Amino acid sequence: MELFDATGADRETATYDEPQARKGFFTDTTLCIGCKACEVACKEWNQLPSDGMTFTAQSYDNTGELNGTTWRHVAFVEELRNGKGGGDEQVLRAQAGRWLMESDVCKHCTHAACLDVCPTGSLIRTEFGTVVVQEDVCNGCGYCVPACPFGVIDKRQTDGHAGKCTLCYDRLTDGETPACAKACPTESIQFGDLDELRARADARLEKVRANAHFRDASLYLRGDDDGIGGGGAFFLLLDKPEVYGLPPDPVVTTRDLGAMWRVAGKAALALVGVTALAALGARK
Amino acid sequence: MPGLGASFGRGGATTFQQDLQNADCIVIMGSNMAENHPVGFQWVMEARERGAEVIHVDPRFTRTSAMATQHVRIRPGTDIAFLGGIINYILTHERWFDEYVKAYTNASAIIDERFRDTDDLDGLFSGFVEEKDSYDLASWQYEDLSLKGSAGRRMGSAASGNKEATHPLSPREQAAQKRLLEHGEPPHYDPTLQHPRCVFQLLKKHYARYTPEMVERICGTPREQLVRVAEALCANSGRERTSAFCYSVGWTQHTVGVQYIRAASIVQLLLGNIGRPGGGILALRGHASIQGSTDIPTLYELLPGYIPMPQAEHVDMKTFLEKSMPKHGLWTHMDAYMISLMKAWFGENASAASDWCFNYLPRITGNHSTFPSIMGMLLGDVKGFFVVGENPAVGSPNSSLHRRAMANLDWLVVRDFFEIESAAFWYDSPEIETGKLRAQDVKTEIFFLPAADHLQKQGSFTNTQRLLQWHHQAVEPEGDCRSELWFYYHLGKRIREKLRDSAEPRDGALRDLTWEYTTLGEIEEPDAHAVLREINGWGMDGKALGTYLKLKPDGSTACGCWIYCGVFENEQNHAARRKPGSEQSWVAPEWGWAWPMNRRILYNRASADPSGEPWSERKRYVWWDAEKRTWSGEDVPDFIADKAPDYVPPDGAKGDAALDGQSPFILQGDGKGWLFAPDGLVDGPFPTHYEPEESPIRNVLYERQSNPVRERWESANNPYHPAPGKPGAAVFPYVSTSYRLTEHHTAGGMSRNVPHLSELQPEMFCEVSPELAAERGLENGGWATIVSARTAIEARVLVTERIPDYVIDGAPTHVVGLPYHWGSRGISTGDSVNDLWSISVDPNVHIQETKASSCDVRAGRRPRGKALTALVNDYRRRAGLPVEE
Repeated sequence: MELFDATGADRETATYDEPQARKGFFTDTTLCIGCKACEVACKEWNQLPSDGMTFTAQSYDNTGELNGTTWRHVAFVEELRNGKGGGDEQVLRAQAGRWLMESDVCKHCTHAACLDVCPTGSLIRTEFGTVVVQEDVCNGCGYCVPACPFGVIDKRQTDGHAGKCTLCYDRLTDGETPACAKACPTESIQFGDLDELRARADARLEKVRANAHFRDASLYLRGDDDGIGGGGAFFLLLDKPEVYGLPPDPVVTTRDLGAMWRVAGKAALALVGVTALAALGARK
Repeated sequence: MPGLGASFGRGGATTFQQDLQNADCIVIMGSNMAENHPVGFQWVMEARERGAEVIHVDPRFTRTSAMATQHVRIRPGTDIAFLGGIINYILTHERWFDEYVKAYTNASAIIDERFRDTDDLDGLFSGFVEEKDSYDLASWQYEDLSLKGSAGRRMGSAASGNKEATHPLSPREQAAQKRLLEHGEPPHYDPTLQHPRCVFQLLKKHYARYTPEMVERICGTPREQLVRVAEALCANSGRERTSAFCYSVGWTQHTVGVQYIRAASIVQLLLGNIGRPGGGILALRGHASIQGSTDIPTLYELLPGYIPMPQAEHVDMKTFLEKSMPKHGLWTHMDAYMISLMKAWFGENASAASDWCFNYLPRITGNHSTFPSIMGMLLGDVKGFFVVGENPAVGSPNSSLHRRAMANLDWLVVRDFFEIESAAFWYDSPEIETGKLRAQDVKTEIFFLPAADHLQKQGSFTNTQRLLQWHHQAVEPEGDCRSELWFYYHLGKRIREKLRDSAEPRDGALRDLTWEYTTLGEIEEPDAHAVLREINGWGMDGKALGTYLKLKPDGSTACGCWIYCGVFENEQNHAARRKPGSEQSWVAPEWGWAWPMNRRILYNRASADPSGEPWSERKRYVWWDAEKRTWSGEDVPDFIADKAPDYVPPDGAKGDAALDGQSPFILQGDGKGWLFAPDGLVDGPFPTHYEPEESPIRNVLYERQSNPVRERWESANNPYHPAPGKPGAAVFPYVSTSYRLTEHHTAGGMSRNVPHLSELQPEMFCEVSPELAAERGLENGGWATIVSARTAIEARVLVTERIPDYVIDGAPTHVVGLPYHWGSRGISTGDSVNDLWSISVDPNVHIQETKASSCDVRAGRRPRGKALTALVNDYRRRAGLPVEE
């Protein structure tokens, strides 16, 4: 088996006796009101601790990022131009500016590098096509942390285990909606079968783009052909991903691992050959 | 809510949140709905997705603004000027809904010739009594017809206590008091709206000065923005379209708060948006069951169902009813509501022979609201105090004064989940820190009792849209935690046991009370169903009544709150209904139960034209079914079911029969929506702009700076900032405003102890513009000290362009934003914003002005201990105010 193949999601899902339709999140940021109910519901259901009382002075974002104990995180982006615009209708509308909000979460990548590099088998692809850490198996090596192209997965200071969104695996097995989607009052976070979500998102994008103010709207990680093979969690954004602090062109960090091993293998072979030749030569 | 009560007849939201989805335009003003009502806000989002214009008028760019299609900036405390500008626009551009205005409002009524407007008297209406700082309302009446406000006046008159007009009545006035409507109309009216003293012409004259230019001068709102909002409202109103208003405490917490709501009521009446789908005025209540706590009130001047509390002059039931009951409309059955209430409370003991136990009721002799009670504590007149579901040490204006008042009690009961500031102030408070209080000197005996939370008890909430929803108990309360219901029931039982053998007449009320409810479980929790059933009421046969129309004034029915009658119809708890929305119409009448009679949109007769036909197919809601000779539609019709549109009252008709078939506001004395309020409000028949009690800006409209009849308590404990132009006024140059955040709950008792909420907004902070930050050397993430004449507090600094800078009447003006959740207890702590405010209140409802004031801001943390007192004294000296020791 080539190591590169390790990121093949479909095959692993298919190994389950009762494979399910792949589940995911469609987070529509045009509907997010920044209430953070998702953050709270996530922590309550998953029994995650508070990250502490830190006032960041960065808009209304005091949790700052996704980490081992914050699995949903609402980003706030302030862009206001108070009264500094011109006079026409378009400018008047935009004059007040905008305050973008986006509830970020683990992308449950089709090609998940965290899963590839996990040496213990703690990280698995579930029957729902999601990527989950089995905490009782995790040995805290931390390889997964730098492997994630989004900086999602993190090691907890308290117990040393890696932690991230499980898409509420325990709720899914009972046929329940993940806590964040359940708590979202405006349906900004939508949960369901990925195929259906993608179709819904396509229709939504068309509607949003019809509004002249939102021509730049796009779906992020919706496809199959991006650097991670598409996200199980994907987003409708009103601006470029980097505006929200998301990588514009994420690539599974293990993409080149197979090729690298091949190169390394050839190099090693070459080295062995050279050494052997040198040794032979030395014998002379 | 007398703003709505005086305008339409009932003090409740005229519509429901789900109906917002039908609006073509929504104006959210005095409310940060997305942050403070996120669940209800989904219906605003729904409307926006359907193409509605969503306009947020607010001093700050908030999470609500971010969702709106327009954010319109406005200086705090100037909303009447803004709304007046909209009224002006409607009138000058002839955009009112003419048929609606002529048929359903009092536009045609002719007003008493003695009436004078604020333009004539430089900021006063006629009838001002200088020595009493109050109005004699006689000159605001219709000519030769004296009408009582439906909900408002009785609240207003009770509220104002001895402020009631007391001039001797002339023969003409006496005749006016006895006079009835004539065939549904007042004695003098002009259907052409041309008479110079008709309401419509007075309205035009009153708002003539509120031009877009004037609005810009007062509010700092660019005039083109005002015009765009006015145009959006006009374009989205009429037969085919409707617009809605949403407001919350950003409107009520002002010294002219009630008049803010009146101003919106006038806009909505002129545009024909009341009683129609997608229209209305939605009063968003601050938290769970606040609507319920006015329906079954915790207010001193009301009995359940907005029946006024008897006053000292009401010697018996007959006098009380004569003095309080209007002659027209549904309130003419108040005797049935009142006697049924006494039957619910006193059972067999309430009979004609005992005058229905009327003399067991306490009487009011003046203003006994929160603030006079607090002043009474300071004076030693009030000895004991229950603090339940509230945290006045953090949540009330001039909190220091509240803490000092509570330190002067004999006893204090605090029931809460945590030892909140109001229970701990005697050893942990700013007064302890500065040495103004010493723990060993506080004589108050404090009983801190653990409360059960909503998961540990059953009962109903009445939400913002008058909707009763039942919540079930999930778990038994832990330890000694108990529900409020348990506490008061068992407290009552114990007191009654102690008084069982008392012969004192004063104990009669407690002895004769019906006080037996089924109890459940080991802890003997009273069954909340039994209480709700008593509130619903029953007839002679003991069966639950289905409607208040069955209530009788003869003692044959009992009902704890007439407007809730029907919630237990057919012995079913309708508050517990949860039929999914997908299985019923969009109105969802089988989800919970709304008062009155499960109506979701009030005054819905107005959704049909005068002849009873829907105004349009698009806005079809309730209509007259000529074949069946009855009103029908999507909702429960808010009208006498078989009163035809062409009904004309006969001579001498009284009660409901006096109102014609084209009068949708059936609780009003004339059945009309009141553009002009001849009664019901103590501070004016028309809203007019006054500056807040404390404002760095001079009132450009009149010499009168602020509401002339606002209530004040000037003292060394509660000094007021000098008005603009007075010496020392420049000491407090900035506008301040307070508000809540999504992440915390009011005074913080329920959120500052919860780690998952506290980490989201972990510290007290202030929001300032980059310009103000530069002016005062404030650094983002650093500290600022905010100073008023009461005290100084510190806050972390959040510099943000979401706080606009204003140019008011040519001068740059800065606003300081202050979320008020913090106190010294819990996980997330900080100084309390309410320590900054003065106590200065609205004269109708006694609500404090905490949404607009003035302050100074300095960089850095505040001094500690006595140095803090010295800093505040320095400001007081410079402002010409008395210093504190």
